Amino acid sequence: MAAADELAFHEFEEATDLLAQTPNEATTRGDQLVPQQHVAVAVDSGGSYGAEDEVEESDKTAVLDRIKGSLLPRPGHNFVRHHLRNRPDLYGPFWICATLAFVLAVTGNLTLVLAQRRDPSIHYSPQFHKVTVAGTAIYCYAWLVPLALWGFLQWRKGVRERMGPYTFLETVCVYGYSLFVFIPTVVLWLIPVPWLQWLSGALALALSAAGLVFTLWPVVREDTRWAAVLLLSVVVLLHALLATGCKFYFFQPLPLEPAAPPHQATSQPPTVLLSPPPPRSAAA
Amino acid sequence: MAEAAESPGDPGTATPRPLFAGLSDISISQDIPVEGEITIPMRSRIREFDSSTLNESVQNTIMRDLKAVGKKFMHVLYPRKSNTLLRDWDLWGPLILCVTLALMLQRGSVDSEKDGGPQFAEVFVIVWFGAVTITLNSKLLGGNISFFQSLCVLGYCILPLTVAMLVCRLVLLTEPGPINFMVRLFVVIVMFAWSIVASTAFLADSQPPNRKALAVYPVFLFYFVISWMILTFTPQ
Repeated sequence: MAAADELAFHEFEEATDLLAQTPNEATTRGDQLVPQQHVAVAVDSGGSYGAEDEVEESDKTAVLDRIKGSLLPRPGHNFVRHHLRNRPDLYGPFWICATLAFVLAVTGNLTLVLAQRRDPSIHYSPQFHKVTVAGTAIYCYAWLVPLALWGFLQWRKGVRERMGPYTFLETVCVYGYSLFVFIPTVVLWLIPVPWLQWLSGALALALSAAGLVFTLWPVVREDTRWAAVLLLSVVVLLHALLATGCKFYFFQPLPLEPAAPPHQATSQPPTVLLSPPPPRSAAA
Repeated sequence: MAEAAESPGDPGTATPRPLFAGLSDISISQDIPVEGEITIPMRSRIREFDSSTLNESVQNTIMRDLKAVGKKFMHVLYPRKSNTLLRDWDLWGPLILCVTLALMLQRGSVDSEKDGGPQFAEVFVIVWFGAVTITLNSKLLGGNISFFQSLCVLGYCILPLTVAMLVCRLVLLTEPGPINFMVRLFVVIVMFAWSIVASTAFLADSQPPNRKALAVYPVFLFYFVISWMILTFTPQ
């Protein structure tokens, strides 16, 4: 799982970039025996991840550090350069996607249980098929969209002078870690207060999309204006689509009819007319 | 052989010497023919062992395997730091447990609506592919446990959750209500904790210390999903 290009020469950005402060990091990587704890959150320690530098970067502190970095995106800090340090790992993206898929299915089921408690006319069922839907959706998003993005960046490679494009693994890593912020958000969506759900959803989307944009901005900035704007808006749009799709599919807002996926709901209008309106006012 | 240069002449010629005299300065540089008979004292027992598993009765074979499986069940129920599970791994126990769990968890044939509990195949796939994924994960993190040993441990540690499933089914025979749910929740939580403790007792030692948490988290997720399937089971 180590990045295939760790021996390649990397171009460094301007002085605000951390790596520019330690220009000989690539050469001293194997020599420094910096212990893991020192590297975790410190901004200026340009050292390597310790003695075992030939294998992947899946260390507990490394993974936690990357998660923290994805939760708090800052404009100057490029996730790939600052946190990944050109050494992407696949542990984070894979298990974050798995966790998110299962948490979505479990909390979606839990909202149905809680809704049934309030309104016993709702028919409860374990809804196991949502697990497969969640898993497929999350994994496809986290792997196919980075593939498309990487392909696009490779295609536009000729236009850029200074900064090389990211490798496929780095893009997957960025997307995987950016999905982490949705996990606590999905748990918060259990609370059946609509404005709170929309607020937390918007906040999570903002953080996640900001992380992606700040990571992609240095790469895209040298491109033509239309390409840059198009790319960034498509990235944010897809992210927003994922978030709202999950919200609507897994967390139907207090169903008035027996709980069913949205396409079945349109075929049951008589039930909507017959059920009483009080549950809606109780939720407001 | 370095002493050959210093040995006084050719020791192969038959100069009669007292026994052991000058042994220290003689080095043998020729082949000395060795004759005699070599007998293996256990030969007769080995021959008997070779054919014994072929000729024994089916009942003996099955009982031997069942005893091995039962012994491992005991090790899971009382987890100590022993490596019996690791040393003689077998996959019969996980298969029995997985099939039992899947049979109990599947939705009935009368319930044909789309959103119900998992089918038999879904439970089976989740258990086995989950175990394979966790094993691959721990191997990629640098663990020194073999593939089938890890599968064996993960499969055997489903035993507490299977017991929880049995208890839940029995509890569901009584009338539904909040007490019913609380009892089931309590039982599932206790068995989930037991599974995690049992599997980490076997698996945690095989990882380097800075990656233990990374290897244990997928196990936690795996048993959590199985526990959730058990808890949300509703008979139709």
